[in-house]
Amino acid sequence: MEKRSTKASSNDPKHKHDPDDEDFYLNNDDDEYDDDEDDDNDYDDYMDDTDDLEYTSSNASKYDPTPSVEIFTSQNSTVTPNSSYASTSLKNLSQSTTNQPDLSKSLTKRNIELDEEFKYEVLSPDKIVQYMTECIADVNSVLELTPTITRTLLHHFKWDKEKLMERFYDGDQDRLFREAHIVSPFRPNTYKRTTSSQSTRSSRLKEFCCEICFMQYTEDNMSGLECGHKFCKPCWREYLTTKIMDEGMGQTISCAAHKCDILVDDTSVMTLLQDPIVKIKYQHLITNSFVECNRLMRWCPAPNCSNAIKAQYFDAQPVKCDCGHVFCFSCGELWHDPVKCKWLKKWIKKCDDDSETSNWIAANTKECPKCQVTIEKNGGCNHMICKNQACRSEFCWVCLGPWEPHGSSWYNCNRFNEDDAKKARDAQEKSRHALQRYLHYCNRYMNHHQSLKLEQKLTASIREKMEEMQQHNMSWIEVQFLRKAVEVLCQCRQTLMYTYAFAFYLKRNNHSIIFEDNQADLEIAVEKLSGYLEREITSDNAVETKQKVQDKYRYCEQRRKVLLDHVHEGYDKDYWEYQEDL
Amino acid sequence: MAQRLQKELANFMRDPIPGMSLDRNLVEGNLNVWVINVDGAPNTLYEGEIFKLQFKFPQRYPFDSPSVMFIGNKIPEHPHIYSNGHICLSILTDEWSPALSVQSVCLSIVSMLSSCKAKSRPPDDERYVQTCRDPSDPKKTRWFFHDDSV
Repeated sequence: MEKRSTKASSNDPKHKHDPDDEDFYLNNDDDEYDDDEDDDNDYDDYMDDTDDLEYTSSNASKYDPTPSVEIFTSQNSTVTPNSSYASTSLKNLSQSTTNQPDLSKSLTKRNIELDEEFKYEVLSPDKIVQYMTECIADVNSVLELTPTITRTLLHHFKWDKEKLMERFYDGDQDRLFREAHIVSPFRPNTYKRTTSSQSTRSSRLKEFCCEICFMQYTEDNMSGLECGHKFCKPCWREYLTTKIMDEGMGQTISCAAHKCDILVDDTSVMTLLQDPIVKIKYQHLITNSFVECNRLMRWCPAPNCSNAIKAQYFDAQPVKCDCGHVFCFSCGELWHDPVKCKWLKKWIKKCDDDSETSNWIAANTKECPKCQVTIEKNGGCNHMICKNQACRSEFCWVCLGPWEPHGSSWYNCNRFNEDDAKKARDAQEKSRHALQRYLHYCNRYMNHHQSLKLEQKLTASIREKMEEMQQHNMSWIEVQFLRKAVEVLCQCRQTLMYTYAFAFYLKRNNHSIIFEDNQADLEIAVEKLSGYLEREITSDNAVETKQKVQDKYRYCEQRRKVLLDHVHEGYDKDYWEYQEDL
Repeated sequence: MAQRLQKELANFMRDPIPGMSLDRNLVEGNLNVWVINVDGAPNTLYEGEIFKLQFKFPQRYPFDSPSVMFIGNKIPEHPHIYSNGHICLSILTDEWSPALSVQSVCLSIVSMLSSCKAKSRPPDDERYVQTCRDPSDPKKTRWFFHDDSV
């Protein structure tokens, strides 16, 4: 009994061994992805090595939304000096890179100084199912129920084993089952009565009437759950399909009978359903709820990736999916050291919504000192006459004081220090300052963000330069420093980008000044490195350039580490104070 | 679906609910729209009144719920029935089950009318009637149920 897994693949052995079905299960996007890959490989076959470049970029463009990560994996397999690689399929290639172990290692290391302490696993869709089955078996070894009931119970407790155990042994079990919408396996008789009366009534006919389609069926064509409500199999199928495909329900589908809240278990669903597409969708919904309910799991947010990360404990740590995407386990954003999830979330929200519009209004307009209507001055002299017909007050745009005392000095306001005028100016000054401050950080953040987006382009142009240099006087291995330089550049940009989100909320103190110095230093070094990579590499002064670039990227790497270490030290020693109200 | 509706129709004719009868003129030829004449039951607030109840069956009936409303110029005055004929009844949306039928819906509506103690419109009648998404289809509205005493 315990061998009977709750997943379809084991309920339906054919399904398990049918490769098409398995592909389906990965979800449709994946399928597409596979197709693309095949196409590319075919395409690749026609190409000789000089066209290699084009292939890589076309392949990489699929990953547009996360270019920074994916491109390296594709490069990994395609940028090779020998044409012998060009015709091999992508899959074989990734294996064949073992010929150059050092390179492939350094390439996949992108962006991660993963904390050795933080243990996690990347689970493919199949593994997720397997893990879910293991969780169930684990609990079941104690509870000794059927896997299907255990799974429903676990889902009810958001896959918190301890909580389930506690409730199971401490509380009212009947209530527990009722709350989880399961027929208690210990009291099966309460529900069976309905069936028995039904069967005696129609046993004469040896046929049952399905209450949904009103057709007569023999007993083996009828099906139902523990609650005893029976319907014909085609109606069940239709009912489940509607719930799964139209309403996106998985774990929470209840019996088709009116007012019956008993949940349909996965075994029944998989036996009743026939259409593989619906089955796959159902399994997807089940695994999805498993991953999303589980605090120690998170889907990889990269597009087209269907892996999930399983961690030992919950923490804000970088995790790297097998697809190459590196992200924060806690919030799912790109790995954003040094800023913390909480502040990053706030920052992203601030950048996304148009709360800044009101800041702009505050900074660029003034209010009529009498009727408070908002005015934007777009020309003319300082003698303002409010357009509001009910107000018509006259005032000075510069000092916001009444116009009268200004007399004949039409264009100059020398009444700068009048009290109320000063107050109005101060308020103005403050919001203007806030806007300036925000724009300062936002511009720099966006600038790096934009540059990271252009990474693909840079990689392509660098690759060209590498080939060019190889044609002159350098060997393949000698030009690899350029790739490393791009990697460091992107890594630094990503770090810098998030330092601005960090700095925006930071209160000024001695440590924040040190931090800003570190930031400025790294910023300058990164821009220099970027400049080298964009302009100064020619084949003429290759040796000299190489030295310069290598020095610079090593310096960047080092400065980046210094900056991050300082911030981390600050977290440990409470250097940082925040401006909560921004 | 056609078969189920045929049988429902036959059942409805064979086992009519007291006070309810099918408006024959409207059923001819089109099984997807039924109009049922509802006579206000004796000894209730609606005694002597006659209403018309319309059922529209969607393509996926009974897996999808029918759209049910009162039509015509007489709409029962009831705290759960809006003046445009829409009925606030959970089994018509959230709690719909394919095991329910025209008969079970009719029974619910009859009991809803019979148990009414005082004639009134829902508190938000005016606002709802003006703003509901589609006056001809109550299913376009997202219903929230809060009172099951009537």
